[in-house]
Formats: sequence, structure tokens, C-alpha cells
Amino acid sequence: MTFSPALEERFAALLQKYPEGKTRSAVIPMLIYAQDEVGAITPELIEEVAKRCGVAPLQVDEVVGYYSMLHRKPLGKYHVQVCTNISCMLVGGEELYEHAKKKLGIGHKEVTADGQFSLEEVECMGACSWAPAVEINYDFHHFVTPEQLDKLIDGLKKAH
Amino acid sequence: MAELVKLTIDGRTIESEKGTLLIEAARQNGIEIPAFCYYEGLTLQAACRMCLVEVEKTPKLQVGCTLPVAEGMVVHTDSPVVRQSRKGMVEFLLTNHPLDCPVCDKGGECELQDMAFRYGVGESRFLERKVHTDEKQWSPVVFFDAPRCILCYRCVRICDEGIGVKALGVANRGVVAEIVPNHHDHLECDECGACIDICPVGALTSGIYRYQTRPWEMEHVGTICTHCSDGCRTTLGVRNGKIMRGNNRDRSGINGEFLCVKGRYGFDFIEHPERLQSPMMRVGDSFEPISWAAAAEEISRRFKAVKERGGKFGIIGSNHTTNEENYFLAKFARQGLGTNNIDHHRTGDLATFFDALSGRNDALATTADLYSASAVLIVGNDLSQQHPFLAYQARANVRHHQAHIYTVTSGPVREDNYSVGSAANVEDLRDKLKSEKDLVIVFGDSVQGDALRKLVAFGDSLGIPVKYVCLVDYSNSRGAFDMGVVPRDGGMSIDQMLAAPDLDVLWVVGANPLKRGSLSAENAFVVVQDLFLTETARRADIVLPAASAYEKSGTVTNVCGEVQKLKQALKVMGAKTDLEIFGLIAKEMKLNLGIWLPDKVFEEIRKNVRGYNVPLPVVATGGAAPTLPLNGHVAALPGVIQSAGDTLFTSGSLSKYSKILNAVMEAPGGLYEGSKER
Amino acid sequence: MALYNEPSPLETRIVSKRFGLPNSASLDTYLATDGFVAFRKAREMAPEQIIEEVKASSLRGRGGAGFPTGLKWSFVPRTSPKPKYIIVNADESEPGTCKDRLLMEYDPHQLIEGILIASLAVDAHKGYIYIRGEYRYLIDMMDKAIAEAYAKGYLGKNIAGTGWDFDLYTHSGAGAYECGEETALLDSLEGKRGVPRMKPPFPAVAGAWASPTLLNNVETYSAVPYIIREGGKAFADLGTPKNGGTRLVCISGHVNKPGVYELPLGFPMMKAINEVAGGIPHGRKLKAVVPGGSSCPFLRAEECDIPMDYDTLAKLGSMLGSGGMVVMDETTDMVKVALRVMRFYAHESCGWCIPCREGTTWLRKILQRMVDGGGRREDVAMLGELSKNMLGRTFCALGDAAAMPTISIVEKFAEDFEKYIVPEAVLV
Ligand SMILES: Cc1cc2nc3c(=O)[nH]c(=O)nc-3n(C[C@H](O)[C@H](O)[C@H](O)COP(=O)(O)O)c2cc1C
Ligand code: SF4
Ligand code: FES
Repeated sequence: MTFSPALEERFAALLQKYPEGKTRSAVIPMLIYAQDEVGAITPELIEEVAKRCGVAPLQVDEVVGYYSMLHRKPLGKYHVQVCTNISCMLVGGEELYEHAKKKLGIGHKEVTADGQFSLEEVECMGACSWAPAVEINYDFHHFVTPEQLDKLIDGLKKAH
Repeated sequence: MAELVKLTIDGRTIESEKGTLLIEAARQNGIEIPAFCYYEGLTLQAACRMCLVEVEKTPKLQVGCTLPVAEGMVVHTDSPVVRQSRKGMVEFLLTNHPLDCPVCDKGGECELQDMAFRYGVGESRFLERKVHTDEKQWSPVVFFDAPRCILCYRCVRICDEGIGVKALGVANRGVVAEIVPNHHDHLECDECGACIDICPVGALTSGIYRYQTRPWEMEHVGTICTHCSDGCRTTLGVRNGKIMRGNNRDRSGINGEFLCVKGRYGFDFIEHPERLQSPMMRVGDSFEPISWAAAAEEISRRFKAVKERGGKFGIIGSNHTTNEENYFLAKFARQGLGTNNIDHHRTGDLATFFDALSGRNDALATTADLYSASAVLIVGNDLSQQHPFLAYQARANVRHHQAHIYTVTSGPVREDNYSVGSAANVEDLRDKLKSEKDLVIVFGDSVQGDALRKLVAFGDSLGIPVKYVCLVDYSNSRGAFDMGVVPRDGGMSIDQMLAAPDLDVLWVVGANPLKRGSLSAENAFVVVQDLFLTETARRADIVLPAASAYEKSGTVTNVCGEVQKLKQALKVMGAKTDLEIFGLIAKEMKLNLGIWLPDKVFEEIRKNVRGYNVPLPVVATGGAAPTLPLNGHVAALPGVIQSAGDTLFTSGSLSKYSKILNAVMEAPGGLYEGSKER
Repeated sequence: MALYNEPSPLETRIVSKRFGLPNSASLDTYLATDGFVAFRKAREMAPEQIIEEVKASSLRGRGGAGFPTGLKWSFVPRTSPKPKYIIVNADESEPGTCKDRLLMEYDPHQLIEGILIASLAVDAHKGYIYIRGEYRYLIDMMDKAIAEAYAKGYLGKNIAGTGWDFDLYTHSGAGAYECGEETALLDSLEGKRGVPRMKPPFPAVAGAWASPTLLNNVETYSAVPYIIREGGKAFADLGTPKNGGTRLVCISGHVNKPGVYELPLGFPMMKAINEVAGGIPHGRKLKAVVPGGSSCPFLRAEECDIPMDYDTLAKLGSMLGSGGMVVMDETTDMVKVALRVMRFYAHESCGWCIPCREGTTWLRKILQRMVDGGGRREDVAMLGELSKNMLGRTFCALGDAAAMPTISIVEKFAEDFEKYIVPEAVLV
């Protein structure tokens, strides 16, 4: 597989990070950074990461199934993650998630037809004191109201 | 002597070696601490939590499978809280279990059933919808039913730690965590089925056994696998004259529970439609069935005629037949027919080997030595392919005793993964080996003649105790040699027989020399005893249907010279054991070669064959008795020595007629592409 | 940089003292505000002295378990011939907890200095900060801070001219609460599924790559520079006896001014709710408090008039945990809370051991059924009983973390279940 030069550079750095011979440690970071570029963890990507880290593809596959941020199917360009865990729930997280479902017309882990948005009800993401919280891709949004969520989503639609 | 500690379990004071796991210490004293994930010899998991026990002075229940015993420990394995805890675990386990015992292969020998019976509660409180996934087929012989799986990880561990393949892993997490095969939806592995056997429940099932029978309907017959020379004991489950399965769950025999794909599945050749069912005589270009009496009469007539006129016999014995048969055949040749022209397909240079050791019986390694020696040197053999059990022993040795493996092979072999680096040259290797405590050298057919003598000299020069295994290929290759199915005293080798234009009789017992060679003597009278119409049988004048190793009693000697008993599992219509056939012909010829009952012949072997005076009770009870065949010079023998080059999935004709072995060879993946060619 | 919430005048700002300063994350700001004074001082101290100082501070782990930090440091075999590693637990996934984020965002060099001091104490030369994957922006910020420290000689060879070498890296997680558990974190760091390991051996003896490893929470390391600079006693004196120092309390839920506040140990809980966090909105009454993240047994309002320290909470059968304090007012439906909490644990159970794997999902399903209208009277008792069948019997503490809050809710808020009990509940 070929990756962007930036990603290749990151991979090279990753393989240097860990003690000698411990390249297996690079598996998870590699997967998550590659996913950002490739769009999903494909079987091809699994083989590639396995090869680069010197492990069996099965060992990479096992990892992919374990971590909730690793996806085998492509997400939307904008992955909207709404937290409904306890702190968020108490101040409207669940309502916000219901709102997001309606707004985007999709459910948990679904992708809009145009591939622009995907939605996920997520567990606590460390924004409890500024709840309810939403993370779009890797950007946090705090104290989010349904109106603000609309604005955020509309803004992204326009940017597109 | 390890330090002993005193502890109390359920009010009984016991002594145990310091560091012993509590679960083992209890077991040794007849106290059961239940467990699913704990498995002797495999890494500890502490996952199933069935083994929780109460240890005084600790607030929480303790994990019996990981807790080393200590002086003064007071343990309760059957207190109310322990019982309650187990009930809870079984209840948790059953929540997502399909409870389909009535249609589950494992029913009757399922550890989950047993535990639920012994430790569980009577009624289910789980009212919710169960997690369900459909059953999957991972290979022709391996099926997986995830809902039945309790995630004890035994299969994952036996495949990785025991077999060295690492074909199984775990996908997902939490309640949907699931065992997965190495290639997405299928397995590319040794197909040994160890995962199926070790599975405590019916999650992993065998392609040949599933939905065929209930375990209690079978008779369980412990015998020896007929494929390679390692001599694994296999317990055949037999119902209505059919072998339903092979395994060794009772861990009887030298191989413990180990079996490779051939040992576990490779018996269906028995019921192959092309199996010979009646004696046949050549008429023109085709064969016609004749009676046993007619066949014996014809053979006797022809043999007698050749013998009387001093003609040339050539006799080729088998490396699959029993010691008794081999002994009797050798006797038939020498005493009955007066010829020394007797040989078998030799796959290792045993003659030179025994000669080079010149009487040092203590230099013969047993299969157990491969597990206990501090180092193993493998020369010129792909052990995992050709001697799966020996490879398993060496691996277990690495795992349990940190043994050092050295490999000197022409290509990459699995043992390289366990080897302690490579040696630059012989001197380097010698230096490394010198620092080992003791060593077993295992070598294949590429080491013969002078090379073999040099290897033994090399071993002897190390100054440490060294034992050797001269690898041979088939279930009784070693027995064929020991029983004298070899051309001693000027007799002809196989090649000489095939090449002799004036050969009068070629008598082939369970061998297929014409697969590669051709018979020069156009007019030779050819008698073939076999299971199938092999290339050789097709050239025969008379073909006699023989019984396979699973259909007879007797003894065989494995690659390390250990004698074990075959137990007849079934009888196949039409065929006779080779011993019976010899007896029939001898009787017809009015030869006095003694009684041809296996036990009687074995008695004779114990008296007459060098090194075979083994203790009867050991053999009779299914044990393995090492033979001590050396007491001096053994003459070198003429002829070619060549390994059959079988793989994990082949063993000459037998594998050719095994549908299941062919199926796994053709299974998707092709990890062992080319197996079929060899 | 704008803070996510306004600070409170009632705080004692020790680890958060730079929060809100202009360019607080830059090394220059750090150096201008006592930065690396402690490291230089520690470099002059014997490792045993450093550890003694940390012991004197009575600092306890801020990651959740509250293990005495100095004692943990003393377990690392300093003379082991194997390389030793410093691991920072920045997995921060305990529901209700959002403090390590701020420490890395606003004061990364304080964390780096804390790590370096720890490295002196245990003679380690390599460290990894395991940051949850969701915190990508923090990984980038931490990487930037690390790069700056390297560039200016505060990481790498001959740190600050003291002859000490240390390399520090970030490592990304990929979404798994269980990877906050220290041994699961190590497996994850090694590129495996985040399944916990058997203890013993403890990480101090055989941790990352089977080498001696010191593993602490971000906040724990972040407190170390102050302790060395001002002395362990000074830190200890900020709190109450045996409960030294301050800690970041993440107040969330039904309060007017949710936020992360640094409060001394022993700070009154009601004061934290009513004064620091501005009280409960709409004049409603307090119903329940989660004192330290959703793994901690819940407290009823009547139980909350207490000083927040380890011992008091232990007496109440709860814990200070990771500092995530969730406040619930009288309108809160505790059955729904129990369900949400159990959904979390069922989702996050690694699946290794039976009671947690099966138990969390079963509990989740019962609670869901009750909320969906199929509750039976016997379900309530069963929830408690099943939780107790998990408690103390699982492989790692996640099972306990799921059981404890459930038991407390069932026992303390039984009345909330009444409305979900349908007398003739028919089962689907
Ligand atoms: C399920 C589980 C999740 C945990 N998550 C975290 C976490 O996210 N961050 C953390 O620092 N500690 C977490 N811990 C606690 C760690 O295991 C460990 O005790 C801690 O990181 C040690 O550091 P400390 O002594 O500085 O607290 C968790 C423990 C468990 C059982
Ligand atoms: S308690 Fe068991 S299943 Fe749960 S997270 Fe820990 S090891 Fe995994
Ligand atoms: S509960 Fe939503 S971020 Fe913590």
C-alpha cells in the first residue's frame, strides 16, 4: 500500500519510538493514523501494518476488533460523536443525540448517503464538566445545545 | 529436592512442593477445584473464575489456578461462599449459552454440562435475548459455533503454545468477543484438530464427527496411529464397525493428548470404495475374484515349484505391518523359502546408525528425551512436517524447560522459530553445544553412511551426554528393520530384486515399489498383499486384500525404538491380516513356521530378537517399552535409503485413499501447497 | 487560552497554578514560573531521598486506586539490569473525569518535569505517555511540548546540563476504557488487545516489555515538581493528615458552574457543590453524588455532608476515585442512571473473564427491560445479587467498577425502581 509522505514519515517515526525489536507497539498508533487517511481499516491495511510491524495479520486483526475507534467500514468525512454518558446525560446528552439522529437522518454508526457525515453515540470522552459534549473528528465541542449542533453541522456542510 | 510446605485444604493438612499452584496441590490430594481455563502445561489465564476459593486471612476469594501454595495457608474449597460463587459463575456462563445439549456433539462429555450438573443451579433466571452468531466452517475439519464458546482460550493456547501455529485469535471485546481463525473466515493451519479436542464445550467441532454419534454409543479402542513413525497413541471411537473419530483425550500413551491431522482424521481410507475385498487372480489384462483357498493353493504351488528348482525369490515387506508380521515374514523367507532376498523401503540408515553406536544402548533417545533434554539439535529434517509429535515434544521442552533448539536444515522449518540463533559453522556449533547439559541429535535420511558416522563422532566429541534419533518414516519402519526384513548375508535389496531379470517370484507385502521403480523380470510370479490396487498390485498375478493397522492386533516399534501394542478396532469384510495370510500360505505349503497368533509370535520375538525382551506388562497395558537393540557390530546393508518425503498431510498410499486428508490439502489457503505432489 | 470554566476563588492552585496564564503551555512560561527548579534540585538528591520526599507528601495515586505514590516508587528495583520505563496513564476514560486533559493542555512541561523527577528516582531513561485516542489534539500538543523540551535541552541527552538522559514519547490509544487499567494499558502499549495481566508480577517488577515500569496518572506526576520544590511536608500540609495535598475535582452534572477545580483534600463536599460549583440549578434539592467517577458507589444526599478525603469516603463504602464528581438533583431517575452506567461497563468490558463479560451485559439487559416497561419486582433484588456475584470475583477492577455503583443504587435508591415494576410484566 502507498501512503502520503506525511503518513510515511509518521510511520517511520513510530517504528523508531519503541525499544529495539518492539515494533509491535506501533500497531495501534499506525492503525489509527492510517485509518484517518485511508478511511477505514481494510484487510489490505491490516496486512500492510502487520508486515511493517513484523507481526502476523491475525495479531493485527485481533486488535482492530478490540478498539472502538478502529472501524472496518468507512466513516463519514465528518464523524459526529455525541456523548451520552452520565455527566452528559444529566444535562441533555441523550436529547442531543436524538437531535443529531434527526438532523443527520442516520442512526448509531451509520453514514449519510453522501458519505459526508457519520454518527456515533459514544462513551465518556473526558468533557464531563463541560457537558454535553460532542466530538467531530478530533475536535471537541462543549456545552453543546441542539441549536449549536445544527450550526456546527450546517457550517461543515457549507464548508464542503 | 524442592522445598515442601504444609497447608490445609478443607481441613486436611497436606504437603506440597513450594510454588505448586493451589489447584494442582489440591488435585494431587484428591480435592477438585473446578476450572475451565486452567489447563496443565499451558499458560495461566485466570479468566473463567471457576476456581475461586476461600483462603483464610485474605478478604477476597482467591484464584486457585494462579495461587502458589505457601506454608500455613488455610484453604476452603467447599465453603458456602465458594459454592455460591461457583453457582454464580456457571449462571453467568449459561446466560449466553444456547443450551442446545440435545443436539450438541459434546453432550455427555462436556465440561460445561459437568460443571452445571455439579456446581450450578437448577433453574435459569436469564430472561433476556441471548447473543447469537451463526455457526461457521473454518476448514474441512474444523467448525466453530461461537454461542457455545465460553472463552477459556484453551484452543488459542494449544495452537500457539502446543502446535506452534498461532492460527487462532480473539476478535471484538466484551460479550461479543469471539474466537477467530487466522485468515478472516478460514483456517490455514496444520488442521491437527487439537483445538477441537481441547475445547471443553461443543464450540469447536470436528468435520468428520459432528452430528454422527453420541459419545456413549461408541466403544473406545486405544491403538497406535499407522501413519508416521512417531507412534502416537490414538483412541478410536468405534460404533457399528465404523471408526467415528480418533483422539487421545485420556492422555494415555507417549503423546499425551497430541495428535496430528493424520492421527486424528486419517482413518477413512479404511472405508474407501476402492478397498480390496477379495483375493484376485490375473486373467489376461484383468483380475478375477477367487476364493482365499484357491489363492493360497495357487501361491503355494508356484512358491513350492520355485523353491524346489532353486529359483530366485524377492520379498518386499512393509513398514506399516506389525512386528509379528514382519518377524513372521522374515522367518517365512529364510526358513520357509530359504532366501535372504528380503527388504523393505528403508527410510533411514539404521544399520550404519546402530553400527556407529556400537553397543551403546544409552545413546538411543526416547520420545520422552526430546521433552527433557536441555538441548535438541535437528539435522536435515522438517520435523513439524514429518515428525509432528517429535516436534511437539521439542516445543513443549522449550516452553516448559527453556530447552535450546538448534536447527541445521536446508530450508526454513518451524523449529527455527524456537531455535537459539544459528551457528556460523560446525566449530561454532560445537562450541555452543559443548556448554549444554545434555543433547539429543535428531537427523533425517540425508545423514547416512559416512556422514552418519561423522555426525555420531561429532556428538561424541562434545563431552556431554548425547543421545540420537535416526529418523525413519513409517509406523513400523523401525520394526521392519529390527525384525530382519532386510537383506542380510548377501541377500538382495529392493533395487536388486527389481533389477534382476531372472527373478522368479516377487512377493510384496504392504508396499508399493513399482510406484517409482519397474520390474525387470517379465515372467516373475508376483504376489501382492495390500489394501488397494496400487501400482504394484496392478502388476500382480495374485492380489490379496490385507487388513490395515486399525484392523489388527500386534505390536509396532516407533522411530525411537519404543514398542507399543496395536489393538484391533474393527474388522473389515473380506480382508485378512498379513499374519493370517502368511499363516494360510505356510499351512498350504506345509511349512512349520510356528503358530501365527500375534501374542505367540510376540513371545518368540521377545526371545529371539535382539533388544526386544521387553517387559510384557508394559506393552500389554498399552505402555511404550523401549527396545535395546544394540550389542555390537551391525553389518551395513546394500540398497537405497530414502525418506518418503511425506508431509503433515500425506503418508504414501494411505493418504491417497483418505478423503479427509485430501480435503484438507485442497482446502482454501494453500499453506501447504504442493503437499499433494509429494 | 480560554479555560473551559472559570476558576473559583476557593481553589488551592498547585498543579493548576499555570492554568490560564498566557502561553501557559510554552516552555518559556514554564521556566519563568519555577519550571525545572525541582528537577535540578532532585538531580542533587539521592533517589532514596526523592522517594522519601514523595512519601512525606502523602501523595496518593490520582488515577483511581489511590495507592501511596512514594511506596509505589520504592517497589521499582533500581538496580535491575533491564531497562526501566516511566509510563504515564493519560487514558482518562472514567466517566465523570476530565482533568488530565487540562494538565496536558495547559501545563505539559509540569508533567514532563514530574516524569523526569520520577526517572531520577527509579533510574529510568525512557518514558511513554499513553493518551486515549480521542484526545488527538492533546497528543499533538504534548508532542509539541516534547519537541520544545528536546529543542531547549530539557529532554534527550544531558538534560539541562545535568548529565541526565531521558527520552519521552506519546503513544495513542484507540478507544478502550479498559486500557486505563494499568496492565491492560501495558498490553495496549505493546500493540495487543487491552486485556489485563496477571498480578504478580506487578508492573514495578515486570511491566512494559517485561521490564521494571513505573506507572502513574498524569495528575500524580504533575504534583511531583511542587513536592520536590517545596518539600513533601508542604504538600502534605495542604490537605488533612494522611490525605496530603490537593487534587483536581471535576464537578459535573446538576450544578450551576460545572468545572474542574483544584481543592485541598478534606474539602467539604457540600461546599464544593454549593459554593465552588455554584449550587444546584433551579433551586432543586440534591439527590445523589458520585464522588469520584462512575465506578464509585453513589452517595445519597444525606451522606454528602463530609470532608472529601480518602478515609472518610472509605468509611462510607465509597471512594475518591479519579476525582470525577457527578452531582444529581432530585429530578434524576436513578434507574436510568444505573442503566446508562451499565451500558458503559458492558460496552467497555474487555471480555476476558466470565463474571464481568456476562455480568455487565446481563445487568444492562435487565435494566433496559425495566426501563422499557418490563420490570418485575424480583429484578431489583436480582440486580443487587448479580452485581455481588461479580464483586471481588473478576480478573481486574472493571468488574468491581460495574458492580459497586449498581449495588449502591439498588440499595440506596430502591424507591426509584418502584415505578418500573409492572405487576403483570409479560416477558418478551
Ligand atoms: C478499569 C480501570 C480503568 C482505569 N482507568 C484509568 C484511567 O483512565 N486513568 C488512570 O490514570 N488510571 C486509571 N485506572 C487506574 C490504573 O489502573 C492505575 O491504578 C493508575 O493509573 C495508577 O496511577 P496512580 O497511582 O498515579 O493513580 C483504571 C483502573 C481500572 C481498573
Ligand atoms: S473484569 Fe474481566 S472482563 Fe472485565 S475488564 Fe477486567 S478482565 Fe476484562
Ligand atoms: S460523560 Fe460525557 S464526556 Fe464524560
